Amino acid sequence: MATEKGRASAAVAGRNGKSTVEEPKGESTVHGDPSEAGIESTPSDKSAAAEKVEAAEMASFVELARQTHQEITDVPDELGKDELLGMYRMMYLIRRFETRAAQMYTQGKIKGFLHLYSGQEAVAVGSRFALTPKDYMITSYRDHGHALVVGMSAREVMAELFGKSTGCVGGKGGSMHMFSAEKRMMGGYAIVGGSVPISVGLALGCKYKNEGTLCASYFGDGATNQGAWHEGLNLSAVWKLPNIFVCENNFYGIGTSVTRSTAEPDIYKRASSYRMPGVRADGMNVIEVYQAMKKAAEHCRSGAGPYLIEFITYRFRPHSMSDPGTYRTKEEERFFTSIDPIEQMAEYLKANGMQTDDELKTLRKAVDAEVDDAVQFADESPMPGEEELRKYVYKEWKDEWWG
Amino acid sequence: MAEMTYREALNLAFKEEMRRDPDVLLMGEDVALYGGSFKVTKGLLEEFGEKRVLDTPISEAAFVGASIGAAMTGLKPICEFLTVGFALVAMDQIVNHAAKIYYMFNGQVNLPMVLRGPGGGGHQLGSQHGQSIESYFLHCPGLKVVMPATVADAKGLMKAAIRDPDPVFVMEHEGLYGMRGECPDDPEFITPIGKAQVLREGKDVTLIGLSKTTHQCLQAAELLAKDGIDAEVIDLRSLNPMDDATLVESVKKTNRAVVVYEGWRTGGIGAEVASRLMEKAFYYLDAPVVRIGGKDIPAPYAYNLEKLVYPRIEEIVMGAKYALDGSPLIIR
Repeated sequence: MATEKGRASAAVAGRNGKSTVEEPKGESTVHGDPSEAGIESTPSDKSAAAEKVEAAEMASFVELARQTHQEITDVPDELGKDELLGMYRMMYLIRRFETRAAQMYTQGKIKGFLHLYSGQEAVAVGSRFALTPKDYMITSYRDHGHALVVGMSAREVMAELFGKSTGCVGGKGGSMHMFSAEKRMMGGYAIVGGSVPISVGLALGCKYKNEGTLCASYFGDGATNQGAWHEGLNLSAVWKLPNIFVCENNFYGIGTSVTRSTAEPDIYKRASSYRMPGVRADGMNVIEVYQAMKKAAEHCRSGAGPYLIEFITYRFRPHSMSDPGTYRTKEEERFFTSIDPIEQMAEYLKANGMQTDDELKTLRKAVDAEVDDAVQFADESPMPGEEELRKYVYKEWKDEWWG
Repeated sequence: MAEMTYREALNLAFKEEMRRDPDVLLMGEDVALYGGSFKVTKGLLEEFGEKRVLDTPISEAAFVGASIGAAMTGLKPICEFLTVGFALVAMDQIVNHAAKIYYMFNGQVNLPMVLRGPGGGGHQLGSQHGQSIESYFLHCPGLKVVMPATVADAKGLMKAAIRDPDPVFVMEHEGLYGMRGECPDDPEFITPIGKAQVLREGKDVTLIGLSKTTHQCLQAAELLAKDGIDAEVIDLRSLNPMDDATLVESVKKTNRAVVVYEGWRTGGIGAEVASRLMEKAFYYLDAPVVRIGGKDIPAPYAYNLEKLVYPRIEEIVMGAKYALDGSPLIIR
């Protein structure tokens, strides 16, 4: 435990400039025992040192977010009412989509793993608004938001969750493998870090064809300890490729926190190993995301090579539908839901006279209807035909070649 | 027809295809400035420039992934491993990504990419550099695997792989790089993937080889001929897809088969060939299909031990005689 405590202390000192571990606050420490999910108590099977370490980590995540986060204030001129409303609408669409997907999962309509993006919407939405439709995007398994944000329909994404023939990949991928060649959403991938080297190749293609395009490569904090991640960043930097590496730091790789898994928990600093710019930005404020991404895109398009952004964000739900989420505190969850990116944008729109409560309500109802339609569409769509089974293993194949 | 080495034939395949198609590029460790650790890529940088011939860091997962991503944008990357053993470092990129992307994304994007590099044993490189690991890749749907044995096929199969719309692993043999042979001049000469080749016709027993063991089978056939045994020799060439029809056709005639390969005997290509013959030619077989594979041992360095690991010509002869009349088959 001494080692872990040392690491946690260092992490806190690195972020806050303080040299002490934050003391646990009150009695709100819930972790360890799945049977106590959602019930506030103090676990008795932990040493005092372990409790102190975990409390310090949790306090530091909130503290870090407090330092990073700011209200929406400076909106750049190019983002007019249409764009801001578009951002709000897309964030709300993703949230609503995920809420309905969770319901469909509990009803048994969706099987397998289901990882929801709720809470992190500002990252996908703000970053996408800073890109062009010709830019490539690629991401990991928490990919519904990235699929929707490029303009894939709620219908085709929901139908994919249902495993139907009308899904974006015909029911062959499921939740973790959304894809659209047309929209240049080059896929969700379920091997953590595995998409990062591929994103380097996408950027190589951009540079080779000299079209002024780039590849935005999304991944979580957990990916940054994978060898493939480091190899990918190194190669991209050596070849000076137009890659924006977008880390969505939600502090947990499943149930293991950044401070328990990552020797340098200030992930943006890892960019220095690859001589590329690395910044940390507020991932709960869609405008801040947009601004950071725009700067990164300008850097990439100028031919200056790759760029790493670490967005501080939070998933409002557990890792997946089968995760009780016992490793996080109510306090932490309360704090992050208090800075909900969708609510913030709603407040901004109202405060600046761009929308009334009623108008926003009408907009939300339209989105709700769109998602309801997607659910109905998915439910009523046919399963893929059995003739689909052997399609697309190879592009060129003869029947007599099957073993 | 021009006479050249296997190495030169591979090099010619790259040059012809890179001249023909500006989307073909080549990457790997020391492939550009250094000219390739085995000089297979010599002269490419000079002709095609650093945009299309890229030196990479020692970072297999990164450059296999980069090849995948490049292929997704429509480029046709050729990705060199210094030895095929190094491909294991990139196994996740190869098996979980390159092989599955076309299927997983329902045919929206295919990967016209080539993985290639030398394998095989017999050069005292120790157990991590000298090995024949084709069966790891043969096992994986979505990949094609070919192993050229002749100079003509070095060119023909490599060109077929470069033009193929799917990921193809071309497994070369270090021991064949210096071998000389005839190579067609025609820049449109292609060896189709999925076709085995009968190199010697015979009626008594079928010897099935791949890569270097094809040449050993031909030598074994000469020895068998002295004993009045007429062996047919087939070069498998393409492991996946496999040309079952040519194998079955041969066994219908000879009623016996011996499959010879350097990879470990257990779970190797021999098991796959034997199974297919059992399923498709059982009633024509007069004896069990014999596997003469590499011993199930990591290859040692010392030459006297190393040579015992890989199939030897006398073992192939012994295997053929066992299939013919039940003569003892003692392989240690």
